[in-house]
Amino acid sequence: MTRLMAAAAAFALLAGAAQAKTIAVAPGPDAQERLQTALLDAKPGDVVELAAGRFELTDGLSLDVDDVVVKGAGPDATVLSFKGQKGAGEGLLITSDKVVVRDLGVEDTHGDGIKAKGSDQISFVNVRVEWTGGPSEKNGAYGVYPVSSTNVLIDRVVVRGASDAGIYVGQSRNIVVKRSLAEFNVAGIEIENSYNADVFDNVTTRNTGGILVFDLPNLPQMGGHSTRVFRNRVVQNDTRNFAPKGNIVASVPTGAGVMVMANRNVHVFDNEIDGNQSAAVMLVSYTETFDDASYNPLPRDVVVRDNRIGRNGWDPTFDGGKLLAMVSGGTIPPVLWDGVVSWNGGETARVRLTDGPVLNLNLPAPGELAKARPKVAADVGADLELAEPAAVVLPKAQADLGT
Amino acid sequence: MRRLAAVAAALLCLGAAPATPGPDFARLLDETPAPRLSDYRLPLKNAGRAAGPGLTPYALNAPLFSDYAEKYRFVALPPGQSAAYRAEGAFDFPVGTVLVKTFAYPADLRRPDDQVRSIETRLLIRKADGWAAQAYVWNADQTDAALKRAGARMPVEVVDLAGRARTIDYAVPNQNQCKECHQLDKAVAPLGPKARNLNGDFAYAGGRENQLAHWARTGLLAGAPSDPRQAPRTARWDDPAEPLAARARAYLDANCAHCHHPRAIASNSGLFLEWEQPEGPALGIGKRPVAAGRGSGGLETAIAPGRPEASILVHRMASDEPGVMMPELGRSVTHEEGLALVRAWIAEMR
Repeated sequence: MTRLMAAAAAFALLAGAAQAKTIAVAPGPDAQERLQTALLDAKPGDVVELAAGRFELTDGLSLDVDDVVVKGAGPDATVLSFKGQKGAGEGLLITSDKVVVRDLGVEDTHGDGIKAKGSDQISFVNVRVEWTGGPSEKNGAYGVYPVSSTNVLIDRVVVRGASDAGIYVGQSRNIVVKRSLAEFNVAGIEIENSYNADVFDNVTTRNTGGILVFDLPNLPQMGGHSTRVFRNRVVQNDTRNFAPKGNIVASVPTGAGVMVMANRNVHVFDNEIDGNQSAAVMLVSYTETFDDASYNPLPRDVVVRDNRIGRNGWDPTFDGGKLLAMVSGGTIPPVLWDGVVSWNGGETARVRLTDGPVLNLNLPAPGELAKARPKVAADVGADLELAEPAAVVLPKAQADLGT
Repeated sequence: MRRLAAVAAALLCLGAAPATPGPDFARLLDETPAPRLSDYRLPLKNAGRAAGPGLTPYALNAPLFSDYAEKYRFVALPPGQSAAYRAEGAFDFPVGTVLVKTFAYPADLRRPDDQVRSIETRLLIRKADGWAAQAYVWNADQTDAALKRAGARMPVEVVDLAGRARTIDYAVPNQNQCKECHQLDKAVAPLGPKARNLNGDFAYAGGRENQLAHWARTGLLAGAPSDPRQAPRTARWDDPAEPLAARARAYLDANCAHCHHPRAIASNSGLFLEWEQPEGPALGIGKRPVAAGRGSGGLETAIAPGRPEASILVHRMASDEPGVMMPELGRSVTHEEGLALVRAWIAEMR
């Protein structure tokens, strides 16, 4: 009897697992309703499988079921086109946990491409998001856009044409961005107001700025910290800034390689940084006025080391850049730091910049360019001990997706 | 079988009294949404625009703008039960509650009671494990409405308030979109039936009465202050006799704060427009955009006091372009009157 019950229980377990199903969706008429219905019908464990072809969509899509894989036949084979989109702020919105979006392309969304809000274990694998008309301020802001999320994996993603950041991770924690390509965006990859991010083995090229690590005031999650940017190719970022004014990336100069703003504990190492006309690496404070006592606008505990730095900084496009290049011997040195070391009497900002020469503007306060006392040094803080953030570890099931 | 269950439920609720026509609460509580609105036996008339006994009509001081659709709202609670009053937020409704809202258009927006056709009726049902949102689209004969889970676009021909013929690309939301707006801490929640929004008179069949007083008197609501003047109240957004700031804040509360709220879907924006939010950067005053993208319109702050033309809030309310317009869901045309109100409020702000 006991054995019988055990067998029954085992069978029930198997049956439970077997219930996970694949919901197939093909392109064609009524794609919007059929695909959205599949996303509503999916149960945890299910795969929504999109056949090869173009899905012509008329509105935003959304997924709110945990533990679902949305899978296409490849980023160029399965295309979700939002050219005819009439509403919603993004192409696909994900608001549930343990979701994988993979092997598909998203084109011409009117707002953001794929957004995940408040999601745990959200993965984007082998996905392409593109605005097919090339850079334009009419393009949506972000390509792949996880926000307020935890355990974020972005692997082998391609984004082209975003009018803000191609790959943008905001107000999240525990993040891996790897093996991806961002080109022809304003910012290639941006990690903002986030904790613990590893950004590696990516290529960012033909953007305005390559890789940005920023922190902004007046947001639910602030005090961004602990990001490692390594083994990336940050080359020839030369697209004029086409971000609509008002957005923070509108201030990124054309040809900024890696830019760290108002963030803490950021390590930039082993990258190839070449062909960026403004500067290879920039460390700057947030210079806009703000009303937020809890915000620190300075970059601090930043390490820049062991990068392969080619020719950069020959034609800087930021304010005062030409003059600074002139006094620095014709080009902006590989690392530019605004040199602000104290904020509201807090502890001194520490940096270790050994990929010199370093141009230190020695600003007394954020943005006070008129009071700059620029100085070029071989390096800054070479003897400082600044421990590298620990490697980001994702939950195993998620980490395995990226192997 | 279903009918039997309904009868049994009715008997349980009403003791020995015979089953009366009215909402089929057992069916409402079923996990699976009914395919047709009529399956719920809600005592609706006129294609969901009027109701018989068993459904109480209500109105809000400041409703959400929905592409100039007329909205008809009703509530039903299981017999003998009542909602618990709360001063802030939606009332605590018992399991089995159904909130009914029908969206309809007259042929001419200037004559709202003439040649009206219903588009959809939305239900919010308080099931055992939380609220469920369902949308039903009315058939051509206006005799019944069918469940629509994945959303739909319904072109509507109307003559607008200025006398121009126009087509409104009305959107029936998909089930997730219902939740995008109707959520607090990631769970579906009602938006309208809050003390502050119901605190006003309604013309009931039996005469005018304050809605909070009416709900308390008829047993729909327990624990409300005996005098509605002791309950919070938002201004009627369209009543010029009320202070401009109070009207504008009521409008933003109803039209923006379902998402722009610290516990709702736009929490990451840091822009919070709910009634309770004090003036400051979180309300948008001097606040720079975060993820607005082209929604910024090249402007620097959400609200620039005294300068509506420099305020992103106004820019996005004025737009009817997806990716720019706000709210993102629930409208395809600009609400000129709401926009004028918010413009005037920002213009007088210092």
